[in-house]
Amino acid sequence: MTEIAAPMTATHSFHTSVEAEKRLRARYAAEQRFKIYGILAIAVACLMLVVLLFTITREGMTAFWQTAIRLEVTIDPAKIDPKGTRNPADFDRAAFQDVIHEALYTRFPQAEGRIARKELRGLISPVAGVFLAKEVGDDAAMLGRTIQVWIPASDAINQIEKGRIDRNEEEANRPINDRQLAWFDQLKKDGDSGPIFNSTFFTSSDSNYPELAGLFGAVVGSVLTLIVTLSLALPIGIATAVYLEEFAPKNRLTDLIEVNINNLAAVPSIVFGLLGLAVFLQFFGLPRSSPLVGGMVIALMSLPTIIISARAALKAVPPSIREAALGMGASRLQTVAHHVLPLAMPGILTGTIIAMAHALGETAPLLMVGMNAFVTSAPSGFLDSASVLPVQVYIWADAPERGFVELTSAAIMVLLVFLVAMNGTAIWLRKKFERRW
Amino acid sequence: MTKTSGEAGTKRAKMAGRGVKVFYGEKRALHGIDVDIYQNEVLALIGPSGCGKSTFLRTLNRMNDTIDICRVEGKITLDGQDIYDPKLDVVQLRARVGMVFQKPNPFPKSIYDNIVYGPKLHGLATRKDEFDAIVEQSLKRAGLWTEVKDRLNEPGTGLSGGQQQRLCIARAVAVSPEVILMDEPCSALDPIATAHIEELIDELRANFTIVIVTHNMQQAARVSQRTAFFHLGDLVEVGATEEIFTNPRDERTQGYITGRYG
Ligand SMILES: Nc1ncnc2c1ncn2[C@@H]1O[C@H](COP(=O)(O)OP(=O)(O)O)[C@@H](O)[C@H]1O
Ligand SMILES: [Mg+2]
Repeated sequence: MTEIAAPMTATHSFHTSVEAEKRLRARYAAEQRFKIYGILAIAVACLMLVVLLFTITREGMTAFWQTAIRLEVTIDPAKIDPKGTRNPADFDRAAFQDVIHEALYTRFPQAEGRIARKELRGLISPVAGVFLAKEVGDDAAMLGRTIQVWIPASDAINQIEKGRIDRNEEEANRPINDRQLAWFDQLKKDGDSGPIFNSTFFTSSDSNYPELAGLFGAVVGSVLTLIVTLSLALPIGIATAVYLEEFAPKNRLTDLIEVNINNLAAVPSIVFGLLGLAVFLQFFGLPRSSPLVGGMVIALMSLPTIIISARAALKAVPPSIREAALGMGASRLQTVAHHVLPLAMPGILTGTIIAMAHALGETAPLLMVGMNAFVTSAPSGFLDSASVLPVQVYIWADAPERGFVELTSAAIMVLLVFLVAMNGTAIWLRKKFERRW
Repeated sequence: MTKTSGEAGTKRAKMAGRGVKVFYGEKRALHGIDVDIYQNEVLALIGPSGCGKSTFLRTLNRMNDTIDICRVEGKITLDGQDIYDPKLDVVQLRARVGMVFQKPNPFPKSIYDNIVYGPKLHGLATRKDEFDAIVEQSLKRAGLWTEVKDRLNEPGTGLSGGQQQRLCIARAVAVSPEVILMDEPCSALDPIATAHIEELIDELRANFTIVIVTHNMQQAARVSQRTAFFHLGDLVEVGATEEIFTNPRDERTQGYITGRYG
């Protein structure tokens, strides 16, 4: 026994020598360093994310409220209903703005003369009449009444109120002069000015006026486009993947197809847009700017991603499951339909939803098929002109009015909410499918 | 070839192979196998690894069809009918010749669904109570009923390895096959689970014809009535298990069973 034990003592063993101790310490140090690199990388990534979310939220949050002015408006029948029919269809829509102006002049009788009155009108939105018209609606009984309404302030006032334009700036450098500011301060002192919830942002479509512009049309456009994309890309993608993975013979042709699918996944999206322009619009003559064409273009673009992820999911199903089913006397189709596809489904869905999330944020190819059209009402079908969320962001980011800056960020926030919701759905679906096993 | 037909006479050959050659691409894995498989008997296939035991077993229910490069020559019959006849339906063949694999491979579904999958596929039953009866009978035959009867709706993949393999046997039994092929069914199991399955094989012999591949000589001796020794793609000899183990005719067989190589 002692002879065997002798070489194991600390002084003789290679693994306990001083050099070995050194190596050990070096290994610990390397592991420590690696851990620190990892944590640093995560910290940088998190920081970027936080900065991104913070700036967007700071910019965008203010878009959810709007500065408004309370006025006592008299719905003058002579102006609103010039024909005197009391039929809402005969109301003069343009006259609502005049009525508001009258209310404003009554509120500030000291403003006399053309210039003073023009400046006074600069306090309120040039499209305030639209809001009043909505308030009155089709109610003929409102004629002749005097009502208190909150009217959106002009973009300049709104921006000053939100601190985006410095009111201490030199008078010449701001869109609102001292007199206008004094009137506005008077309103504020009387409690006749304050923030109201910007419901327009969620209920209306694009407009030239920031206070009238909303995201609803773009949301509907995005939803319609994604419906087209999903209903084309998912069945075609799954069928392709299943055929290539489970049925196709492995030969030159299928190799070639595989290589090309992988290449297509890397083709810049604008190329798909040009393809859509040439084929769907110019050759087939499908309607421009429509969710149908946009969805088709994006479906083409998403197909490679969906096929690749579906094939990976199918490959991940263990061959023993196929053998088990075939050994039970299932045909190849039954094997795939009963066992392989259901097992691959969570993976396929994950891939598909990631592809859909990309599709939701896709802009360039949609510009090519005209989805940057100025659309002032939500599309009512797949063939209507429509815009989509990211294109709306693009359009607003380009708009000159100050008010669109915050709208852009707010639109990005809505886009992010949709993305998070989609990813949440992906996780939920995956869990649901997994539980069935 | 008289030497391979063994002690025929009174017994009926359920399956028979004549001159079976199997190619993987250019490579020949089996060089002409002649063997009879008798009704209600256990035939053990033994031999060193890579000698073609699994390949031969998989020709018996045409599982080799699923391998693109695999080609089979010669004749294999089931009840006198050529199973490689193009007119024969392979789905029907696999319902008659069931298979249990080396690694337990239950479907990732409930125990109940695992068993009823085959019967549903082949239309063996239609009503719920019929399926219930099949499940109970199959699990009883596989010696698993008492262990799982209270958790039929739990996933089959949650069972232990030995239980999973018995579930796979029950699943194969559920379609009422005539022949059951087993490819090293115990190689992934512990000794107790193995003993369980060996007992089970002996019981199943009453109703089924069984072909089992094993690399465990004791196992072959314990469960089989006849044994076939494969070597490098050839069937060296086949005969009564006792005969093969006590008095092998070929020296390669002797070398293998005495442990000189393997
Ligand atoms: N799918 C396959 N493709 C190519 N060659 C194979 C395949 N399966 C088995 N072989 C070859 O056939 C021979 C016999 O294999 P196998 O039947 O699995 O042997 P055993 O089961 O006796 O260990 C081996 O040489 C093996 O390499
Ligand atoms: Mg084998």
